[in-house]
Amino acid sequence: MAMNVKELEALIKEAFPDATVEIQDLAGDENHYSATVISSQFAGKSKIEQHKMVYNSLKGKMGNQLHALALKTKEKNGSTN
Amino acid sequence: MDQQIKETISNEIKGNDVCLFMKGSPDAPQCGFSLAVANILKVLEVNFKSVDVLQNQDIRQGIKDYSDWPTIPQLYIKNEFIGGCDIIKEMFENGELKKVLKDKNIPHKS
Repeated sequence: MAMNVKELEALIKEAFPDATVEIQDLAGDENHYSATVISSQFAGKSKIEQHKMVYNSLKGKMGNQLHALALKTKEKNGSTN
Repeated sequence: MDQQIKETISNEIKGNDVCLFMKGSPDAPQCGFSLAVANILKVLEVNFKSVDVLQNQDIRQGIKDYSDWPTIPQLYIKNEFIGGCDIIKEMFENGELKKVLKDKNIPHKS
């Protein structure tokens, strides 16, 4: 049960074509990642909605193939709350 | 989702002002993410009800369907889903969590 960093990045980029995506493999086991996603698509969305959008881009892999993804989302050209 | 499970979950969330679905218990968390959120609530001296999803597979899956959120832990305050580990940590660090507690009249360390 793992997922390589390229696959993960491709899925996020597919859903957020304008996004800046930074991914780190935290444990070196392809199973615990942290990701920062910066996209204009987050404009006007709550944090929960933003994170849900990223989870949705992973098409059900979150919580299954992927054990842990520490997530940070930011609005592009917007506030970084 | 099974109606009975949905009701069990709903009762926990509605019956407790602050309700944390986590892996393990606050004193013996079974996952680092659950540990982090439980510790934040402890630091803020918030009274909370914890539900150990590892004790019940139906609740473990059910809570994910309930909130349409794929991971555990999940924090609910006054019947509202506040977030998972990343969001709670961010809210703790930038002071938003205290604001939510205050707005919802939850006793906590100020």
